[in-house]
Amino acid sequence: MNPVIAHLPVLLLVLPIIAALLILLAGMVNRNFSYPITLATISFQFASSLIIMVSVMTGGTIHYYLGGWAPPMGIELVIDAFNSYVLVVILAMALLIAVYARRGTALDIPPEKTVAFFVVFQLLVTGLCGMTITGDIFNLYVFLEIASISTYALVASGRNTRSLIAGFNYLVLGSIAAGLIVLGIGFLYVATGTLNMGELAAMLPASYGLATVQAAFLLLMIGFSIKVAFFPLHLWLPDAYTESPSVVTILIATATSKVTAYAMIRVIFSVFTLQYITESFPVTEMILVIASIAIIAGAVLAIAQDNLKRMLAYSSISQMGYIMFAIGIANQAALEGGLLHILAHAVMKGCLFMVAGILIYRTGTTAIRQFSGLSKTMPFTCAAFVLAGVSMIGIPPTIGFMSKYYLVLGAVEAGQYLAAAVLLIGSLLAVVYIWRVIEIMYSGSHQEETLHTGAEAPLSMLVPVLILAASCLFLGIFVDVPLAIIEPAVTLLLGVG
Amino acid sequence: MTPGILPLLPLLLPIAAAALILVVGRHEDLRESVTLGTAGVMVVVVLAMLPEILEGGRISITLLPLLPGGDLALRVDAFGMIFAITASVLWFLNSLYSIGYMRALREHDQTRFYFCFAIAIAAAMGIAFSANLVTLFVFYEILTLVTYPLVVHAGTPEALQAGRKYLAYLLGGGICLLGATIITYTLTGTTEFIPGGFLAGTGTGLMLQLLFILYMAGFVKAAWMPFHAWLPAAMVAPTPVSAFLHAVAVVTAGVFGVVRIAGWVYGTELMAVLGLGTVLAVIASFTIITASLFALAEDNLKRRLAYSTVSQLSYILLGVSMLSMAGLTGAMVHIPFHAFLKITLFFGAGAIIVGSGREAISEMRGIGRKMPVTAVTFAAAAAGICGLPPFCALISKVYLSVGAVQAGEVILLGVIIASSVLNVAYFFPIIYTMIVARPPDNRALGEVREAPFTMLIPLIVTVAISIAIFFFPALPFLDLAGIALAEITGGGF
Repeated sequence: MNPVIAHLPVLLLVLPIIAALLILLAGMVNRNFSYPITLATISFQFASSLIIMVSVMTGGTIHYYLGGWAPPMGIELVIDAFNSYVLVVILAMALLIAVYARRGTALDIPPEKTVAFFVVFQLLVTGLCGMTITGDIFNLYVFLEIASISTYALVASGRNTRSLIAGFNYLVLGSIAAGLIVLGIGFLYVATGTLNMGELAAMLPASYGLATVQAAFLLLMIGFSIKVAFFPLHLWLPDAYTESPSVVTILIATATSKVTAYAMIRVIFSVFTLQYITESFPVTEMILVIASIAIIAGAVLAIAQDNLKRMLAYSSISQMGYIMFAIGIANQAALEGGLLHILAHAVMKGCLFMVAGILIYRTGTTAIRQFSGLSKTMPFTCAAFVLAGVSMIGIPPTIGFMSKYYLVLGAVEAGQYLAAAVLLIGSLLAVVYIWRVIEIMYSGSHQEETLHTGAEAPLSMLVPVLILAASCLFLGIFVDVPLAIIEPAVTLLLGVG
Repeated sequence: MTPGILPLLPLLLPIAAAALILVVGRHEDLRESVTLGTAGVMVVVVLAMLPEILEGGRISITLLPLLPGGDLALRVDAFGMIFAITASVLWFLNSLYSIGYMRALREHDQTRFYFCFAIAIAAAMGIAFSANLVTLFVFYEILTLVTYPLVVHAGTPEALQAGRKYLAYLLGGGICLLGATIITYTLTGTTEFIPGGFLAGTGTGLMLQLLFILYMAGFVKAAWMPFHAWLPAAMVAPTPVSAFLHAVAVVTAGVFGVVRIAGWVYGTELMAVLGLGTVLAVIASFTIITASLFALAEDNLKRRLAYSTVSQLSYILLGVSMLSMAGLTGAMVHIPFHAFLKITLFFGAGAIIVGSGREAISEMRGIGRKMPVTAVTFAAAAAGICGLPPFCALISKVYLSVGAVQAGEVILLGVIIASSVLNVAYFFPIIYTMIVARPPDNRALGEVREAPFTMLIPLIVTVAISIAIFFFPALPFLDLAGIALAEITGGGF
């Protein structure tokens, strides 16, 4: 293999960290230098992730030993079908967000802070990449903290004080979660003497009965549940999503939440195993029940919101329930649905939050009732909202429908008819909260009082939105493209046990 | 079964037309030419497939591997052809009519209107030609979604309210259909429509009975009672939309689905074993009688027509419930026969709105004196729906009655007769008011004038077709129904 490509996994992490430093130094010379460097770095990361995915699909799982030190001495990067897929998804989102951020940050971030903003932005993306590709559970924790601390800073970087409070709340809860996770990792180390995920998976079955291992599992579960805002541990999320600068909201709603969900699934299925969660320590039933509650509760709370960003935040809680639902069912079809939903939710929620950002940029408000008649002045933005919204509801042939179909299929195959019904009712509730916005956007033309300046969004914000909206449709129609990598990924996850 | 690209055209043409409509939206004449031209070509394309189908062939094409349970695949068969011919011919006439109607009333957002219409007809064609449940579901949901902007076209609070009801019922139904589809796939490993059904021998009796109820909930577009409320509510839409809902595509898709499930998923034998014919007969009889009574009480012409549709659709369900040759034939041909007559009535109601601005029946006294063409065609179609000669609905009603007798269900025959009496009771007063009754005073009809030509031509054509079908029923609908029946019963009962 080409030596550059062989070392791509580590370059994916090291170069961006150097770039982050470069952004800072160049930004000190001239503030305007920071943005192009960020964009170039993330483009590089995205291109690398594509190359990595192709080589995983053709050549199988990649094992990369950092510094040539084999585990258990050294840290290992492991890239298989599952995380190469997640990597592409989050870096594609990060790239679109970076394009969007050129104008998108103008409103929320004071000019003197833009350099710092892009440095932290770059660190966050890199931290997420690290979480995704590492094969070492303690290393996972380290990258999680890099990503989390960057996120706290970004959430708090808005102009108003509410974003400071939201950032602080997030910091407190996030730190508790991190504490639980590191404690869990410690227990695993005590039980097995290794931190490498592959070795853990091989050695843990011998000590499945140990209280230490059960405690470790619970600590990890609760820690990650806080991080992914799994109901009822979601309390930090609505404020963090609502009060953050728009660009930050989009990034944490799409990339961060997806990577933490990835990490959770990875720990459950690749460190522990399917057999552990169904037989040794049966928790799938409980996860399924809580996920069902999350789906309904998140959607009901979303219906109750007047603020568009807050509504989308609660919708995210509901949608993360879909991914947890897949873990609760834990069969081939459901997990394919769950993994597909990682992509689907990133694309559609990214699109919706970008539209929300554009609306704030143009109208200065997030109050849903003030969007009346916007479709006249901002036809493309509103059309994108409709398309992504329809996908959120799960109407064919959008990507949101495809993931829902697999989830329901998985539930029915497992004989969980009630859970399948919950999923379908959840999508009906999504109609209520999505359609309310669409109705106001498209019908309010009769009302006199309108805030808007009557202009479509700037091109650099509109293009990412339109790409995502089109993706909602075309990824659904050509769903066999993402499934080509999801299917082996699920086989891998289920096959370990 | 021959593979062929032809079934794809009726889907792709309107979608391409929709894109073109958006592009040329500002130039009205050009935009309307696109709609009419596409509609015309579509009729030709659909009819081009007819000879092969009449010879007993089928044309199929697989578009995409979509989901476990079904590729996105089209298959043209005789029964699908009945729906496709009805929808494409009526779409052409409806487009012609829309142009007259929308321009006469100077409606807003006409580009959006024609755009949605074009996508909707593509979805209807997709339903007609779908080869499996998954494909059917995909197009069924698209049809719901793109007709929503048409229903709320006026943008008034009343229209929005109706739109919410429309979405709630139809998307709610869609979810039931999705659930039923997935359960069917889990039971059998396929969702492909197979003549005579494929569910036999799978699942317990109770399970299959519940599944059928789920399917019926899914086909809420058939507007069976008590899940009919969305249809009268949707009457706030412009009249061409009502015509589209009632005759061209939407409710037709609902009853089409029920027949498909009965003949190609369950099969008549399994239906009989499970007692599902009785379930369907109860639903249908209840709906036929109750909806007719509701119609009697309505003074708003379009709403009365809406209840009439609810009632007439259940004739089709009633025919299916008999599970006999004659009953099923009646059910299949009643789909187009009712559609041609009902669209005439809606065209008439719309012409009256354009010509006089009136919607209440009580205000239409003597209106026929100024609008003779509208009044006469309306009266003819109303008589046709009641089952009088020389109109096509008589044929389907005869088949249904024969089916009832063959099945030994005198009650069902009673329902058909009672309903015909009620039809007369709610239609003839309208005819009397419009044609015979004198206007209240001399100046009452002062501002009333006949509707423009583009609206009258479709009216005359649909009535003419209804009469023509009466004299030549075999061409092509009865023949198609015969082929479809031979298919699902394996040659006879």
